[in-house]
Amino acid sequence: MMSKTWQKPLLAVLLVLAIVFPMLAANDYYIYVMSLAYIMAIAAVGLNLILGYTGQLNLAHAGFMAIGAYTVGILTVDYGVPYWVAFVVAGALSAIIGFFAGLLSLRLKGHFFSIFTLCVGFMIYLIIEKWDALTHGTVGIIDIPAPTGVGPIRFDNTWAQYYLVLFFLVVSLWLMSRIVNSLLGRAFIAIRNGEDLAETLGINLMRTKVLAFVLSTFYAGMAGALYAGFVRFIGPAMALESHTFDMIAFILVGGIGTLFGPLLGAILLTWLTQSLQFLQDFRMIVFGPLLILLVMFFPQGLIGYWRERQARRAAASVQDRRLQRSVVGPQQEVGTNA
Amino acid sequence: MNIFFQQVLNGLTLGSVYALVALGLTLVYGILHIPNFAHGALYMVGAYMAFYLVGSLGANYWVAMAGAALVVALLAVLSDRFIFHRLRNAPPLHDMIAAIGLLLFLEAGIQAIWGAEFHRLAPPYPQIVRLFDLVAPAQRLIIIAAAFGLMFVLHLFLTRTLTGSTIIAMAQNREGASLVGIDATKVSVITFAISGALAAVAATLFAPINLIYPSMGHLVIMKAFVIIILGGMGSIPGAIVGGLVIGFAESFGAFYVSTNYKDIIAFALLVLILSFRPQGLFPSGARA
Repeated sequence: MMSKTWQKPLLAVLLVLAIVFPMLAANDYYIYVMSLAYIMAIAAVGLNLILGYTGQLNLAHAGFMAIGAYTVGILTVDYGVPYWVAFVVAGALSAIIGFFAGLLSLRLKGHFFSIFTLCVGFMIYLIIEKWDALTHGTVGIIDIPAPTGVGPIRFDNTWAQYYLVLFFLVVSLWLMSRIVNSLLGRAFIAIRNGEDLAETLGINLMRTKVLAFVLSTFYAGMAGALYAGFVRFIGPAMALESHTFDMIAFILVGGIGTLFGPLLGAILLTWLTQSLQFLQDFRMIVFGPLLILLVMFFPQGLIGYWRERQARRAAASVQDRRLQRSVVGPQQEVGTNA
Repeated sequence: MNIFFQQVLNGLTLGSVYALVALGLTLVYGILHIPNFAHGALYMVGAYMAFYLVGSLGANYWVAMAGAALVVALLAVLSDRFIFHRLRNAPPLHDMIAAIGLLLFLEAGIQAIWGAEFHRLAPPYPQIVRLFDLVAPAQRLIIIAAAFGLMFVLHLFLTRTLTGSTIIAMAQNREGASLVGIDATKVSVITFAISGALAAVAATLFAPINLIYPSMGHLVIMKAFVIIILGGMGSIPGAIVGGLVIGFAESFGAFYVSTNYKDIIAFALLVLILSFRPQGLFPSGARA
């Protein structure tokens, strides 16, 4: 395969670019925005597993991100638990709640699942907003401590936090590539392509779907935990479905069901909203029609489009070679086969 | 007794508003076979239209209701023609995402025009009706009467007229309906218009005793979804019964359990029922 040969160098170049980015950035604010884009990308990579690879539109994803963020916020601020302990608990708790939510919601198929998860997300939001004693209600949690240092490394400035987030982004992408390229990943894709066929192939539908769901909520919880330590202020609004819609937009722009699609979309759209500052509150006036136009005319996203082009070119070149061979003559072909 | 009566009245008011919204949603589901997430935004636009017509143009309450119904019906038809109809051969995921895009657009658009703050529609009938020792605000009685009147008219339209029958035929079997010469385009235009008008009427009825703000549609649409899942997707009696069930559960829950958590009751009910009956209370099959 042609694409495989320069995939590795390309990844290396991207990684180097990401590492030198803070040195090239004009000010700390840019580094801050980029780190936020990475955190959102981690959450979107998780959503892509259940949406893009397994084909289930989970509208509660932001709720699970909020669970991760609130776990860190509550544990560190109210109970004085060290950040990294809270960080691990956040991932675990999101995955555990995700397991039960998945068990319940995945009994429903297609749009029933989507509607149900929409309701689950809204329940998470309402509980966070109303349960004053635990979550500080509408006020939110302020003054969440930044991640504590590990050994000699400290995370008290934007630069260090950028590299911390980048580290987790790379780990999440690496883990996701291992998942989707494994047999399990094939099972997810088989379910997306047709549940009946997947079941006939011997895939346990329920177990596989719940596993995809739990993994994606784990990603959401981790992204939420990073968010809490990075932004250091959280409010109930982060559980709202509009947050999930942001992530869906990232995935669609970058390429649904591709490894790097969510990252590309998160970076592009975050910078687009940043450059259209006046649009902050009204970004959906642009994003809404953008989503519609994307699914109508460009459903495969940037990376999907690029891959399709590659595939078309490869097919064309194979055809060319065949044509040439048939011109040269049949003997030649027998010769090359032997 | 009086307190109990108040809760019944509240339940009926909420229930009839929910039922109107759920009816529109279930009708469109029958045609599109996708959940129209943008339906809540149509409800919200309806409330703003009525607010604008009454507040800025000084229109009569009922004229404003008709105006709002007209505008939202048009909006719904346009959304079908320009978005959903074009996506009819796309995977269902695309329809849902497009509906979400429309929802976000309408919300942000309304917020850009009228701002994020709360608005109020002055109650056209602030009187209190007294009957024996029972007391009821006139607006609540109007909501209940108008909603049930409208449902009755809709029922007559769907069962007694040819156009209504074509809608039901289309919901039951798309190919069959096309085979007997039913114009799919006409049916879907009419269905979207009805569903938009129902949402706008529900919003205008409810607006005088409620607040108007850009995200007001969220809770209502989610409850409407709960209702049509419980009542069976595409089922019209299911939407009405489901609406009343949720309305009563909320009014009695708010009173006897907690006002703070009344909005969760509907969702808790959904989770509880679907845990035991994944197919809903009235599995769809029997329609209309």
